[in-house]
Amino acid sequence: MTLELKNVVKRVGAETHIHETSLRLAETGFNVLLGATGAGKTTLIKLMAGLEQPTSGQILFNGEDVTGMSPQRRNVSLVHQFFINYPNMTVFENIASPLRVARVSAAEIRRRVGETADLLKLTPMLGRRPSELSGGQQQRTALARAIVKDSGLVLLDEPLANLDYKLREELRDQLPQLFADRGAVVVYATSEPSEALLLGGHTATMSKGRITQFGETPVAYRQPRNLETAEVFSDPPINAAPVAKRDGRIHLDEGVDWSATGAIAGAPDGDYTVGVRPHFVTPHGGEGAVRLKGRVLVTELSGSESVAHFDMGGRTWVAQSHGVHPYQVGAGHDFFIDTSGCLYFGADGALVAA
Amino acid sequence: MRRIIPFAPALYILFLMLPIYWLLNMSFKTTNEILGGFSLWPNEFTLDNYRTIFTDPTWYMGYVNSLIYVSINTTISVAAALPAAYAFSRYRFLGDKHLFFWLLTNRMAPPAVFALPFFQLYSAVELFDTHIAVALAHALFNIPLAVWILEGFMSGVPKELDETAYVDGYSFPRFFFRIFMPTIKAGIGVAAFFCFMFSWVELLLAKTLTAVEAKPIAATMTKTASSAGYELGLLAAAGCLTIIPGAFVIYFVRNYIAKGFALGRV
Repeated sequence: MTLELKNVVKRVGAETHIHETSLRLAETGFNVLLGATGAGKTTLIKLMAGLEQPTSGQILFNGEDVTGMSPQRRNVSLVHQFFINYPNMTVFENIASPLRVARVSAAEIRRRVGETADLLKLTPMLGRRPSELSGGQQQRTALARAIVKDSGLVLLDEPLANLDYKLREELRDQLPQLFADRGAVVVYATSEPSEALLLGGHTATMSKGRITQFGETPVAYRQPRNLETAEVFSDPPINAAPVAKRDGRIHLDEGVDWSATGAIAGAPDGDYTVGVRPHFVTPHGGEGAVRLKGRVLVTELSGSESVAHFDMGGRTWVAQSHGVHPYQVGAGHDFFIDTSGCLYFGADGALVAA
Repeated sequence: MRRIIPFAPALYILFLMLPIYWLLNMSFKTTNEILGGFSLWPNEFTLDNYRTIFTDPTWYMGYVNSLIYVSINTTISVAAALPAAYAFSRYRFLGDKHLFFWLLTNRMAPPAVFALPFFQLYSAVELFDTHIAVALAHALFNIPLAVWILEGFMSGVPKELDETAYVDGYSFPRFFFRIFMPTIKAGIGVAAFFCFMFSWVELLLAKTLTAVEAKPIAATMTKTASSAGYELGLLAAAGCLTIIPGAFVIYFVRNYIAKGFALGRV
């Protein structure tokens, strides 16, 4: 099964919510829509579901033009970020509802709902109402309703965003298995780059109503086509700074320069933007690392990682390292760039060398 | 001072209940005893007043008429307000906010303003002295109220619920009746309650628009000055019976009203 968007544009009044977008999604693995809040993920999902109609362009499902077709007639299911269930129905009836509407026989409904509830560990809750469930169970009910329908297109709009950390991890591990071998195109919207990496498959990075890149997730991560994609696909945010290439060296700042090796060596001299993911900026220098003299502004400690925001030459940088590193806020500190992880972008933002 | 404070609520309740007690008290007295002197309880306890009301059609038909037009009004108001409130809560259209406010302003005018035009209009179309006439007249201020209450409840339901239902295959009517209305049943209960109450206590329009066939109980009560003088006992009994439907309805929707207050719309 395939879902294809052809030159789809969505305008509301004078605002363009989705700029011309063409995309072809297949059923192999998850298709992740990655972008910050307001990037247009939900709008794109609504367009795919038929809840909104594109201003221009076509939507094809399995080659058939479904543009303008109502969501009821499309073969699609949808899970929202908020736990949306029918409050007046029991969990069983909630899961059964798409089958009831489709006039599936009672015995078949019992079998399929039972199976799905089993899969999502909801069997003991079947008689309860959604309001009597925990958040995780409510979202599992919503997922069960999407699974039981056996639709060709499953849209998951940040389904884990409102769950607490532990439940999120648990469900995230389960999700790819739940949808494997169902022959459905699965679209998963998220604002977290780590989620995209964990789910694998393909990723479309979105920014300001545009898809900046679409491809296999690791490729989009390692070789972002442009600075925008790299910015979307980095958490903590990627460090970007203007550099100049002269005489085979990259100059970042007074006395901060390194020799241009790898792909950038072949590029002509001139101005570039360097993108360095925070985990390539660490407080410990390795072989050939470039020293930055910074002043620590903010630190964040998680159990296994230390993140420091520091100021260097009027620009805020982010460093991320394993282990707990004792930073002192306000104090000067040396940081080191592992230049093998540098991405170079041209004046137009396009990737020059990775 | 400290000694008095615990009695304050008791005192308040006492004053609150006093007129109702006095009404009840009078309803069990004969008119002669009421006019004869002051007594805290009926000396000659009688059920005659109530007996008269339940046997004399001019009396009990007042209740029947009132209940008929109140029921019609509640049904019309809620039925008309449901789709209107849905539109206000779900769609943005030209002038929606102004229209919403304008609807509410209908409640601000005293009913007396509308008495004359209604009287003239209904006489012209031969609706005068019918239940539907009163029910429609009351809809003038009940529909805006119901729209306003229901819009609050509906806006509390996320739009994603509608979308989920459409994606699941529900048609709009099926979604509206099977999922949406049960979801906001508290709101429907509260709206129906207020329509019922306002229609039940409204006297001026009901009296102006009826003569015999659809005469409401409140109008019957104002015409008790008979050739035998005022029948105060009868009047008191009728008053007691008038309180009952309201109390009955309040009992059933009390939890919903609390919810309505929590949502900030009542």
